[in-house]
Amino acid sequence: MITLENVVLGYQGQGISPAISGSVQTGSMTALVGANGSGKSTLLKTIAGLLPAVSGRLRFDAAAQPRIAYLPQQSEIDHQFPINVADVVAMGCWPATGLLGRIGRGEKVLIGQALERVGLTALAARPIETLSGGQFQRMLFARLLVQQAPLVLLDEPFSGIDSQTCRLLMEVINQLHAGGQTLLVVLHDNDLVARHFPQTLLLSQKRVLWGASGDVLTLGATDSRQFPPLVQVS
Amino acid sequence: MIIHWLIDPFVSYGFMRRALVACCALSLSTAPLGVFLLLRRMSLVGDALSHAILPGVAVGYLLCGMSLMAMGIGGFIAGLLVALLSGLVTSQTTLKEDASFAGFYLGSLALGVTLVSLHGSSVDLLHLLFGSILAVDSNAINFVGVIATFTVLALALLYRALIIEAFDVAFLRVNRRGWPRLIHALFLALVVLNLVAGFQILGTLMSVGLMMLPAVAARCWSGHLSTTLLLAVIIGLLSAVIGLLWSFYASLPAGPAIVLTASLWFFISVLLGPRGGFMAALRRHRVVNNKEME
Repeated sequence: MITLENVVLGYQGQGISPAISGSVQTGSMTALVGANGSGKSTLLKTIAGLLPAVSGRLRFDAAAQPRIAYLPQQSEIDHQFPINVADVVAMGCWPATGLLGRIGRGEKVLIGQALERVGLTALAARPIETLSGGQFQRMLFARLLVQQAPLVLLDEPFSGIDSQTCRLLMEVINQLHAGGQTLLVVLHDNDLVARHFPQTLLLSQKRVLWGASGDVLTLGATDSRQFPPLVQVS
Repeated sequence: MIIHWLIDPFVSYGFMRRALVACCALSLSTAPLGVFLLLRRMSLVGDALSHAILPGVAVGYLLCGMSLMAMGIGGFIAGLLVALLSGLVTSQTTLKEDASFAGFYLGSLALGVTLVSLHGSSVDLLHLLFGSILAVDSNAINFVGVIATFTVLALALLYRALIIEAFDVAFLRVNRRGWPRLIHALFLALVVLNLVAGFQILGTLMSVGLMMLPAVAARCWSGHLSTTLLLAVIIGLLSAVIGLLWSFYASLPAGPAIVLTASLWFFISVLLGPRGGFMAALRRHRVVNNKEME
């Protein structure tokens, strides 16, 4: 679905990552791991089209860029905003309904199903400022379900969230994967990566490891100095 | 009779009637804009823009005298220019939006005051800065009416995009690449347009009062956007009526009287409002204390 050719990530022309090459297959599920500041979030932003790459080329297979669902880190959204849960989930209809389009019966069913899937049906009419952190993230996942975007980018979706919610959201991620959507997820928890994600991309300042999760995590755990920069595992 | 006291000024005096109509039209469009400014954490940007229109108004005044159209167009251009330049500085440098706006609006204000005092009297300057309800003729009413109608229609058209952009800008940008910038620009243009509409009655320095104060007050009472918008409009309308009466009976300038009334609503709301109010905070505090006691 996406091919990266020597893509260097960064801000305002300043590169912060080594050149990344490789491709993301349609329908694959890839974990993005690495230390803070290694460029994981920047990679997601670059793929989402929010940031230009410093150098290199990023290509999408189809002629047009696919519809993308992007979930930034939680802190970037205003939790006091006067809006209720169902309305946020309904935003998932946006690209289809556009500026003025009606939210029809089909979309309403979809919204209802998404709310039920994340266990928020009872809270649908609540203002979002009354939600806990976990409930808030569940709401954003319901919006993802409504969006049905072919490419899903999640930036640390489990930070600051209890283990029960984390399990539920992981099930939702698996469901999206099973439905044929392509996923790229930034994570810190290596156990979770090993258990659920077939592919892993490990970013650090010096090198990039990209391949089957088992191999990448084993290699990544050993001392990085033993390896030359830019090892490619596939 | 109190009814007579409330109605007489508007029945007897044409200028009071015209001021009332203009203020009500203005409240309908500025209060919702204020709510959106608030939600985008841009409360002070409205203030900065209201100062920024002054040099344009001054140039219009110098060229054509007290012509509403000339001053309005000048003010609109000056406001847009400051908004554009500030946007440019924000996107190209490390300065944040508030800093770049501060940089431009202070200069604008000084330039405006200088231009007016070069050729006008201090009375003219006071009119431009603080407004004058006596200046509201039928032209001015049409001017305000057209702008208010246009603004309400534009808000209705952009409603969904404005909410999504204020709530989660990344969501909108990923789905529609260029839209956030476009919507931001359209929104700022609407704000400038309404400040220009308000300056005749309230003055350039005060016209932002009828925009922000009802919005902030309404926000203390409701956690729902539609209710907040409606409340803001109602508080704006009440401030206009009460402020005009106050200015009539106490011989005060209308702009400050209306804005003072709106700020009274603000104080009441901050004290008593169920969300965000002092009383609400106190109650929450007490509940927490009681729980700790148990």
